Amino acid sequence: MSAVSNADQIKPNDWSGGVSPYNVEYGKMMMWFFLLSDAFTFSALLIAYGALRFSATSWPDPDVVFQSAPFITSGAPLVFVGIMTFILIMSSVTMVLAVEAGHRMDKGGVIKWMWWTIFGGALFLGCQAWEWAHLHHEGAWWGSNPFTNKDGSPGNPNFTNLFFTITGFHGFHVFSGVIINIIVLIMTYRNVFHNRGHYMMIEKVGLYWHFVDLVWVFVFTFFYLV
Amino acid sequence: MSTSEHTTETHHQDHAAMSTKTIWNVFWVLLILTVAEFIIALAIPLDVMPKPYKNILYIVLTIAKAYYIVAYFMHLKFEKLGLIYSIVLPSLFIILFIIAMIYEGNFWLLER
Repeated sequence: MSAVSNADQIKPNDWSGGVSPYNVEYGKMMMWFFLLSDAFTFSALLIAYGALRFSATSWPDPDVVFQSAPFITSGAPLVFVGIMTFILIMSSVTMVLAVEAGHRMDKGGVIKWMWWTIFGGALFLGCQAWEWAHLHHEGAWWGSNPFTNKDGSPGNPNFTNLFFTITGFHGFHVFSGVIINIIVLIMTYRNVFHNRGHYMMIEKVGLYWHFVDLVWVFVFTFFYLV
Repeated sequence: MSTSEHTTETHHQDHAAMSTKTIWNVFWVLLILTVAEFIIALAIPLDVMPKPYKNILYIVLTIAKAYYIVAYFMHLKFEKLGLIYSIVLPSLFIILFIIAMIYEGNFWLLER
């Protein structure tokens, strides 16, 4: 063996050159860094909510505000949002199953699980539309809060402003995710990834989809539980 | 040459680690943690467990769920250490941001 190839072999770590230190595809790495920046955006919104809530003398009780579900007008706190949370976790599971099918080059599996993921996302958006419509019907919107605080004082409009802004921003992410999922499903049908030899695109789109689920985990805790 | 072969091999092994069984196990963990949050919220009265204690438990459970989503579903646990650090370390600055803004919020309350 020549001296050059020996030198190649003794490179001590990932950062000495000659290899890709992250060992991920360019698009996947860029998706990670985009998600990191998006995490900061959502953090900024949630922390603004935290700061305003800490600065308020009193705040509406989530168990009172969110006590309705379709066909149940009141007295069912957290039931509807529980269903929404379950739908989103479930669609995250079907997304990993699509990625797993992609690793096995199983086109039929990818198509099946992508359909379920899109269905879950659409169902979540439907639930959110119902919840927004219901709250709007009760008089809640940006700038108007019909719910009284826990101590009986008039409701702080920051509550509805933050609720609609943050769940709206999250819902917009879910909406974009569903559109992107539909695009990659069409590409799967058209054999784009099969001809490419790998289903890496499903993985990258999957990262975005799981991130949307991750954000919901936080929104759920800080708006509906705390 | 042998280095690149080695990395491709480990890459494949890592992906094999994320089997259908692991996926469903993570699903059950996420479901159980969420159910635990509901039990704390609805079944435990406030005189048994005051709100601040409940809130601490909610936050712990939320971080646990976030860990399982990021580590397994987003597969970060099986990536190179460099990539893990590049994502996790900047995220830690968020904690600083939370402390600063909650402190500020408390200050506004005292000024009212």
